[in-house]
Amino acid sequence: MSISTKTIAKLMLVTFVTASVAACSSKPKEVIDTPAKPVEKEEVAPYVPPKKDPVEKPIAPVGVVPGSQQDFVVNVGDRVFFDLDSSSIRTDAQEILDKQAAWLVRYPAVKIRIEGNADERGTREYNFALGARRAEAVSQYLTSKGVVPARIATISYGKENPINTEANEDGWAQNRNGHTTLTEGAK
Amino acid sequence: MKPFMKRLNIWLAAAVVALVPMAGTVAFAQTPLKGEVTEGVIEPMPIAIDINASGSDLGDKISRVVMADLERSGFFKPIDPNAFIEQNLDVNATPAYTSWKTINAQALANGLATVDASGRLQVDFRLWDIFSEKQLLGMSLTATPENWRRIAHKIADAIYEKLTGEEGYFDTRIVFVAESGARGKRVKRLAIMDQDGANPSYLTDGSYKVMTPRFSADSQEVAYMALRDDSARIYIFNIETGRQESVGQIQGMVFAPRFSPDGTKLAFSVAQGGNTDIYVMDLRSRSTKRLTREPAIDTSPSFSADGSTIVFNSDRGGSPQIYAMNLDGSGVRRLSFGGGIYSTPVYSPKGDLIAFTKQSGGRFSIGVMSPDGSGEKLLTSSYLEEGPTWAPNGRYIMFFREPPGAMPSLWTVEVTGRIERAVPYPGGASDPAWSPRLK
Repeated sequence: MSISTKTIAKLMLVTFVTASVAACSSKPKEVIDTPAKPVEKEEVAPYVPPKKDPVEKPIAPVGVVPGSQQDFVVNVGDRVFFDLDSSSIRTDAQEILDKQAAWLVRYPAVKIRIEGNADERGTREYNFALGARRAEAVSQYLTSKGVVPARIATISYGKENPINTEANEDGWAQNRNGHTTLTEGAK
Repeated sequence: MKPFMKRLNIWLAAAVVALVPMAGTVAFAQTPLKGEVTEGVIEPMPIAIDINASGSDLGDKISRVVMADLERSGFFKPIDPNAFIEQNLDVNATPAYTSWKTINAQALANGLATVDASGRLQVDFRLWDIFSEKQLLGMSLTATPENWRRIAHKIADAIYEKLTGEEGYFDTRIVFVAESGARGKRVKRLAIMDQDGANPSYLTDGSYKVMTPRFSADSQEVAYMALRDDSARIYIFNIETGRQESVGQIQGMVFAPRFSPDGTKLAFSVAQGGNTDIYVMDLRSRSTKRLTREPAIDTSPSFSADGSTIVFNSDRGGSPQIYAMNLDGSGVRRLSFGGGIYSTPVYSPKGDLIAFTKQSGGRFSIGVMSPDGSGEKLLTSSYLEEGPTWAPNGRYIMFFREPPGAMPSLWTVEVTGRIERAVPYPGGASDPAWSPRLK
């Protein structure tokens, strides 16, 4: 759009100048027609698209959008950890889950899926059952803090989704967790 | 026959001794496996395999498959064909025994592969006892030429059966989970291959994770667990038709499937509200019955060979252990008392042993115990191994082993623990299930 407008403006200017000259010479028809092309070649540079300057683009807002997935992960914490072969909610997990519950109460449109995970130091089928127990423990804790059960789905991934692949106690400890995923309604 | 078996006894040393008590549960109970296992090393029997074919390499190919099968059983040592003195044996003539004695062959299997006018492959073969100088077997097998591997496996089965007295297990298949990709993002596909790793093919596309496939008794159907982001379900997949169906509309996570020996029932676990219990479904009526009601983990059910008992894994006593119950859920009794964590009990198709996974001292082992929980024997040990499945003859167990940070792979171990072999499959593989013998 801007291409043709600008080109037309230039051409109009050229036409206007030549027309003024022609008006003086009193041979309007010939003069208007013939010099129009050379003038265009010499004075009108090949079209260069305008640079986008200044460039506009959104910048990340200072802080995180409240109610977003990022808000939940950064400011609340989406994962709590468990002891070996245990589904008891630890003290450090309680702090995170209290914050999760408060956040979820504040954003009632959000629905969640709690995913129970286990380390690789158990057999596959037992670990699915253990992960289910962990997911349920997290679910019950959140429910006790006012999150409506209908907003919560649970599943166990057993030992299938490790977040740390190291074959040592640090790795295993991180893989024994309950992960809260926002499935609906986050901003 | 008798002199030959006598020498076989020498060659197989303690192995044959071990075979005898395997024959029945009563004998087993009287002679605990543990006692014999610790003594002796298996001395595999030297055997010569020479299948010929005129004008094709089919004879050599069949010979190689038969030799590989027999070698992996642990009871045979196939002799390199380059050492053979007598060449181009006539399948209808008596072999020159002395030339086979010279290279120390205890047995010889020679044969001829031909393709008849209608295009069918025929293999005639004979098995000879070299020292008593007589024929032990004579057999003719036919199939379409592309099934030459199955002919080879059937020859290996016949030889194994004649010389060990046990049922062959080479003409069988394995369903398993083919794994690829980084550890945190594994792609897990249902796959099938021959027992020796040949003819692998994928049965699912990897869009969801497949785990714990199990064969039904007819070897055409496989039950497995499908894990998606938001669900865990059991499917029954028909290998012949490629069709599959979800098992029932059951609330909660459904996993750990296992067919009854007659294929009419499916036992599995359901996790609901954090509690996992065992259910059994009649596959014809689709009616489902709940067998356990403990607020504990009850999973990994496995039927006994006669279908009357289910062994399972439970932590009702505080730590994961092996229990047994009657088919209606009554009569629950604990079987494992050895200290450590026990899981994945799997009944032998012969009914004489239960294979299991045990964790102790930071390691995993595959072991066997008798159905009353006595006579525990650990067969293997490593950083991580589980998922035992029985060969149809109840003599070998396949399982998977996963070294730290590495891909899992499949292994077999013989029930005395003395013969351990890697299953030749090049990629990551876990959760094996051994088919019944093909028909």
